[in-house]
Amino acid sequence: MKKIDRRKFLKGSLAGGVVAAATGTTKKAHSAYSFEGYPDSMGVLVDLTKCVGCRTCEAACNKEQGLPAPDKPFDDMSVYDEHRHGGLKRRTSEKAYTVVNRYDIPEKGEPVYRKFQCNHCNEPACLTSCFVNAYTKTKEGAVIYDPKVCVGCRTCMIACPFYVPAYSYSSPIDPVIKKCIMCYDTRLKFGKPPACVEACPREVMTFGKREDLIKIGNQKIRTTPDRYVNHIYGEHEVGGTAWMYLSSVPFDQVGFDTKLGTQPIISYVKDFLAIVPMVLCIWPALFTGFHLLAHRKNARQQDNQTVKSKKEEGHE
Amino acid sequence: MNKVAGVGYVPIDTNYKENNEKWSVKEKIFLGLSPAEYFRRQAANPFNWILWVIYAVGVPVLIARFIFGLGWATHSSYDYPWGLFLSWGLFTMVPLSASGFMMGTTVELFGRKDFKPIERLGLLNGLLGYFFAVVFLQVDLGQPWRLIYPMFVSLGPAAVLFLVAWHVATYLSVQIAELVPAFSEWMGLPRAKKFIKSIVLGLTVAGIILSTLHQGALGALFTYAPGKLHPLWFSAEFMWIHFLTSAIFGGLSMLIVVSTLSKWFLSWRCDENFLGSLDKLTLGIAKGASLALITYLVIKAIAVAHDNEWGYLLTGWGQYFTFEIVVGTIVPLILFTYAVRNQNAGVARFAAFITVLGIALNRMNTALVAYNWKLYQEIPHWREFVIALMLYATYVVVYRAILVRMPILYTWKSDTTS
Repeated sequence: MKKIDRRKFLKGSLAGGVVAAATGTTKKAHSAYSFEGYPDSMGVLVDLTKCVGCRTCEAACNKEQGLPAPDKPFDDMSVYDEHRHGGLKRRTSEKAYTVVNRYDIPEKGEPVYRKFQCNHCNEPACLTSCFVNAYTKTKEGAVIYDPKVCVGCRTCMIACPFYVPAYSYSSPIDPVIKKCIMCYDTRLKFGKPPACVEACPREVMTFGKREDLIKIGNQKIRTTPDRYVNHIYGEHEVGGTAWMYLSSVPFDQVGFDTKLGTQPIISYVKDFLAIVPMVLCIWPALFTGFHLLAHRKNARQQDNQTVKSKKEEGHE
Repeated sequence: MNKVAGVGYVPIDTNYKENNEKWSVKEKIFLGLSPAEYFRRQAANPFNWILWVIYAVGVPVLIARFIFGLGWATHSSYDYPWGLFLSWGLFTMVPLSASGFMMGTTVELFGRKDFKPIERLGLLNGLLGYFFAVVFLQVDLGQPWRLIYPMFVSLGPAAVLFLVAWHVATYLSVQIAELVPAFSEWMGLPRAKKFIKSIVLGLTVAGIILSTLHQGALGALFTYAPGKLHPLWFSAEFMWIHFLTSAIFGGLSMLIVVSTLSKWFLSWRCDENFLGSLDKLTLGIAKGASLALITYLVIKAIAVAHDNEWGYLLTGWGQYFTFEIVVGTIVPLILFTYAVRNQNAGVARFAAFITVLGIALNRMNTALVAYNWKLYQEIPHWREFVIALMLYATYVVVYRAILVRMPILYTWKSDTTS
């Protein structure tokens, strides 16, 4: 791809198309900077306004992924009143790859429910931070994980801006990362939607090509502007995610981090990564040079000595 | 052992006894004492009693960590994947071990032969710090037996931690090579020393490259968490420079601390060459540390200005940040400057001690306290403290064992003179 672009670019400039060349370069620079996902990758659009918090998706996920039985059954709605450390609401864990939380919005009168799981970023932070390459972004859009190579450094958990990956700390022999893989092995690979999407009785989630979902989301906002805030969460957040959300209330009121920015996480790391080849190339010459400078007196003395001894030889 | 030296005990510093008989390896290991006498001395040392208590509690807890898993031993959670083992064992130990490449550079590269008496202590401090950082890491990894996976099995070369893994591994070998001369003298294997001498410049330059990158990389690891680490500690652009420059004064200060402890508790093992020049060398190192400190302070201020975070300084977090800066860098900077100007090695030693604590404070703040500042603060499990203390005690034991044997604090008398 890049080669062809470059050839086209050269041809254009050779032909004297200065304008074409200018646009060519900007376009190229842009495409090199941000990766907007595989062209036909799939995604899910979650419409929070439709969710009633029945937890059917949680149950479907548990069954599909063969997860252990939950502490409280899936029809027990008292989980919505649970608070964990720091007064925070429930989160994904090694036993649950997706959770629904309830948010009480005083001015709305009725609570808003929010389903939460791995968002399957276009440029996943977990993937870019993994030093054994355990993560893969598949062309279908899922971010999957290979437990066979995981060393257990847990940098992906540090890197994930959504606090998604969980770790099976309880296992002494084989602790691994546990997170939603968009049902890749059993469903997505075969073109089927994830189990939670299919199980939802309210059709909260729409499964489809990511670019189509953005169109659908925008259309929904346009046709019913009083129903939604004018934003698709996940369209641009941290470089775009496969799972996207529509909400009737501002996203920060229903547990979304709205300060993540649109840069993928790796862009914050690039400042450091850029200096690595520089140090590797320049340091050896620079510091051997310092060594030579620091020892120039010795070298001069040696030179003088050899000159002297040669002179002496000459005298003889 | 200081007492023993007072009653006519002469420590081994050459390959041959007075009667021209060769010291055996066993005799060298027992410091020239009979095994019974050696163990009697060990048992009489009150410091060892403390160690035994630490081990009595620590070893069972460490074993249980591998039986019951990390969930039992630590407060590592989904929100706080990293706890005390990494914030202390990796992020604090590694900068405090930067002395190795600093002293190598000073002596071998810049040709400051006057620092020779303390060079080996700097190198050893580096090697052991790195080695035990890996030990801490091994205790923290979920599957430590897969440590070599990033090297040979499944490579993720674009990750910062990949760089850290490779560099720490390579740098460990470099530091072992740099200490081969001490080992070869002690074991009486002169050829190994000669070989290392021929490649010492290459080793030193390799040390600088690897240290620059992995010290910086430890900081860059946190650039993966822009939203999680408090903005005052976070800086996408300057994070790696902060970690690198602070490692320079951290490593130098740790060297002053270790040399001071050696002077106090191992004076019987130090020779005149070391003890006689130590005050001068301490002040020389203090000068280097103060230059690194002022550099660090300036870059810290630039980082706050660059991201326009002045407003945060007025918050509670800002006060804590200011506390860290004042206690960890400004106070030592003033003390170091005073020490250098008035040629007062005692003040420099005190300043070095504070600087080491300051580094620990900064690394703990970055990895633990200011991390997840929007969520909640996590306090490590008591078992984490027990295991960390035990591992650190082991570091001290190994450190001491090498110092009292190999020619680090003293110069080995070459065979020709005896």
